[in-house]
Amino acid sequence: MSGLVMPAPKADVLARRARIIADLRAIVPGEGVIDTEAEMRPFESDGVTAYRQLPLVVVLPSTTEQVSKVLAYANANGIPVVPRGAGTSLSGGALPLEDGILLGMGKFNRILDIDFANRTVVAQPGVTNLGITTAVAHEGFYYAPDPSSQIACTIGGNVGENSGGVHCLKYGLTTNNVLGVEMVLITGEIIRLGGKHLDSGGLDLLGLIVGSEGLLGVVTEVTVRILKKPETARAVLLGFPSSEAAGACVAAIIAAGIIPGGMEMMDKMMVHAAEAFLGAGYPLDVEALLIVELDGPEAEVNHLIDRVAEIGNGLGCMTLRASTSEEERVAFWAGRKAAFPAVGRISPDYLCMDGTIPRKALPLVLKRMEEMSEKYGLRCGNVFHAGDGNLHPLICYDANTPGELEKAEAFGADILLLCVEVGGVLTGEHGVGVEKRDLMPSMFNEIDLAHQERLKCAFDPEALLNPGKVFPVLHRCAELGRMHVSGGKLPFPDLPRF
Amino acid sequence: MSERLCPRDEADVVEAVRWAVSNARTLDVAGSGSKARLGRPLQTDATLELKGLSGVTLYEPEELVLSARAGTPVAEIEALVAASRQMLAFEPMDFGPLLGVAPGGGTLGGLIACNLAGPRRPSAGAARDHALGIRAVSGRAEAFKAGGRVVKNVTGYDLPRGLSGSYGTLAAFTELTIKVLPRPETVETLLVLGLDDAAASAVMSAAVGSYYDVSGAAHLPAEVAATIPAIAGAGAAVTALRLEGVQPSILHRRGKLEAMLRAHGTLSFLDADASRDFWQAVRDVTPFALPEGGDGETAKVVWRVSVAPMAGPHVGAALREIGARCLYDWAGGLVWIEMPGTEPHSARVRAAVAGAGGGHATLIRASAAARAAEEVFQPLDPITGALIARMKNGFDPGRVLSPGRMYAGV
Ligand SMILES: Cc1cc2nc3c(=O)[nH]c(=O)nc-3n(C[C@H](O)[C@H](O)[C@H](O)COP(=O)(O)OP(=O)(O)OC[C@H]3O[C@@H](n4cnc5c(N)ncnc54)[C@H](O)[C@@H]3O)c2cc1C
Repeated sequence: MSGLVMPAPKADVLARRARIIADLRAIVPGEGVIDTEAEMRPFESDGVTAYRQLPLVVVLPSTTEQVSKVLAYANANGIPVVPRGAGTSLSGGALPLEDGILLGMGKFNRILDIDFANRTVVAQPGVTNLGITTAVAHEGFYYAPDPSSQIACTIGGNVGENSGGVHCLKYGLTTNNVLGVEMVLITGEIIRLGGKHLDSGGLDLLGLIVGSEGLLGVVTEVTVRILKKPETARAVLLGFPSSEAAGACVAAIIAAGIIPGGMEMMDKMMVHAAEAFLGAGYPLDVEALLIVELDGPEAEVNHLIDRVAEIGNGLGCMTLRASTSEEERVAFWAGRKAAFPAVGRISPDYLCMDGTIPRKALPLVLKRMEEMSEKYGLRCGNVFHAGDGNLHPLICYDANTPGELEKAEAFGADILLLCVEVGGVLTGEHGVGVEKRDLMPSMFNEIDLAHQERLKCAFDPEALLNPGKVFPVLHRCAELGRMHVSGGKLPFPDLPRF
Repeated sequence: MSERLCPRDEADVVEAVRWAVSNARTLDVAGSGSKARLGRPLQTDATLELKGLSGVTLYEPEELVLSARAGTPVAEIEALVAASRQMLAFEPMDFGPLLGVAPGGGTLGGLIACNLAGPRRPSAGAARDHALGIRAVSGRAEAFKAGGRVVKNVTGYDLPRGLSGSYGTLAAFTELTIKVLPRPETVETLLVLGLDDAAASAVMSAAVGSYYDVSGAAHLPAEVAATIPAIAGAGAAVTALRLEGVQPSILHRRGKLEAMLRAHGTLSFLDADASRDFWQAVRDVTPFALPEGGDGETAKVVWRVSVAPMAGPHVGAALREIGARCLYDWAGGLVWIEMPGTEPHSARVRAAVAGAGGGHATLIRASAAARAAEEVFQPLDPITGALIARMKNGFDPGRVLSPGRMYAGV
């Protein structure tokens, strides 16, 4: 592990390990408690494999009641808890703690209710993202957010990270598609927020839970809305001589009032990597490639495809191909979807970054990244959710070369700081976790962070849920609770009062 | 007589809250006061009126983003984005007609603080779904920010969303950044006439669950439909399905929907202008409007209920027995209820919601006495209530920001 500092493990918890395991076995019987090193190994890291840590113990509950008892026990005994779905987090959100229970939610794998008339599905958190779509596909419905990891990642993890996908400009992120949750607090108390109806009628607690990275509670049930699958989808491939021209095309499409179902950009390195990997048929002479997908009723899609083509031609695109069949549309996407494995073939290791920028800053950001790439001596390719400005630079390195991981991490941090500098943010969809934790002060000052932490305090005053994630410094809630306000003069006395 | 504090900028807001905290005074956090009759009645020492913090600070149409100070009139923002053929896609309602105050008075801060949404809510989201970033002053007399200016952002807790619907009880917004979207080129509305509530709910479910991108689905029983000029001529109950987008698409979808629904009832149709009038009337619930300056104290009580779409008619049926009138939006999931008189019948309304599978009911229009005596918002279970009280402790330990507006003691 590189320079990451986690909260010091509690010696008393480590010392009580055997007792704790026995107590947990009384709550979750049988194979639900895992304590041998060999069996815990698969849980030692998530999608960020550079960080590894064996947990104190792995617990795999299968009922909400068990989750409630485990959390109440952890709370009473001061034991940290790290919730985990499928462990595909790209920010280290599910990284275990040496003195912590790793709470795997994989056994919560049932769909509880499908309601086509109200267009909702109620699922347990361990159901995979794709599993929801699969369960409703026979009626022509689907669940819209589609992270590339959708065959593996769970809906509970999606709620944890507020995950997106290539379709979120038009259909929203997880938060826009979740209607309700059942959640267990660290006290073991169970709350239900939302349901098949819309909005909360008051404070939007549900909106706070989504994207809270397992720091506020353990989600044990999720209600999502499902949508009718669009009647048609067609994609256009547009190749440009510069990323500026491609960026201008994206802006022009949106300015024309078109919100495509998906709009992805790949830079030259990624186009070549994808082409070498599976021969997607991408043009190799372009500096930037756009995939624009229009979906909806057929008449609309055909109409808008023509408009997009017009816009592309007007902005000097070098190649333009509109899909004429479903096979062709899928082929256009194949290269983009294989971007990660394609890079895996040209580089032994890579880091995937996840900043978001105002789109107009793209040319500047790409140029500065090129300079950084030279400075660090590491290659970097870019895939980009172009519609919403979410950048995924892939930094190539070799973990077997001493110092290269550290260099790659420093490069990555520089990219994220650049995103913030141009008005963007550290993470668009992968979460802060441990990976971006120490960069939080670049976006938020102490007062900003203290207000976020106070929210945490309302849910988990002893900071037992996923400590060491998201916040660079963990303050004690008692300290955050104090208020020092003085100066009681009536404000702005120069102003008229009525 | 309560004092009015009119800050000019964020620093003034900090000063005002500092004054309140150190002198144990309470503040009614308000924009222009257009929704003062919403929520539990407040008895504060002063009103913190944010309308002086006004003006759009950033608008980049190609980036789909707009920032403005909290007191900026919503009408000003809507006019500005309309000039670039954009809109606030969540169609924020104007409470003016319902509450008997002048229309068009709302501010951006109030819109997010009350998490407003109109007929497009099911497909486009509510205000919460468009709040990207905030600057605000908490009850600790500290200015803070959260979120950002880009649509895709998971950096830290989603406070912009979490504070939407907080009615000024946790923080006073000073500046907000929201997502804007292209305005559809045109709009038409397909009407199905003469359906009862249950049949209408089946038709709306089929339409919204079809391929044909229905961006509004409302049902108005005959006596309610009769009050909206655009459809009064129908002389029957009206079930309305809105189609928006480019003309060729609308034509195609309308044809398909007509074929699908012909067997269910007489079909009719509203063109673009009539559609706009009609959906604005639905958005602002004009059938239950008070005349401007009308007396909210003696007006008929109005409730706003959100349930699963198919459950809407069950709520309506349970309350019709006591003479209530209903207007259904959100394919049946949003039920506006006008009671026969000034009595809220809270227990009955809440039982109807629970009996329909759960959701929430908010007492929107009622006398101050009724709003003080009854729960205005959906009552919280004790665990969630305690959680929200702890959030209040974190953000406003001195209980100076609109205390009790949502829940007693919070
Ligand atoms: C190849 C690949 C491609 C990816 N593509 C995308 C993409 O396109 N878009 C995108 O947004 N992400 C993507 N990701 C990231 C990742 O898949 C998502 O963040 C996903 O939502 C994580 O789900 P998970 O079940 O694996 O959760 P985990 O990794 O197990 O956990 C994620 C976080 O959620 C918390 N958590 C998990 N379950 C619960 C629960 N029940 N209650 C409370 N907290 C919980 C954890 O503590 C952790 O903080 C990708 C990852 C990989 C490996």
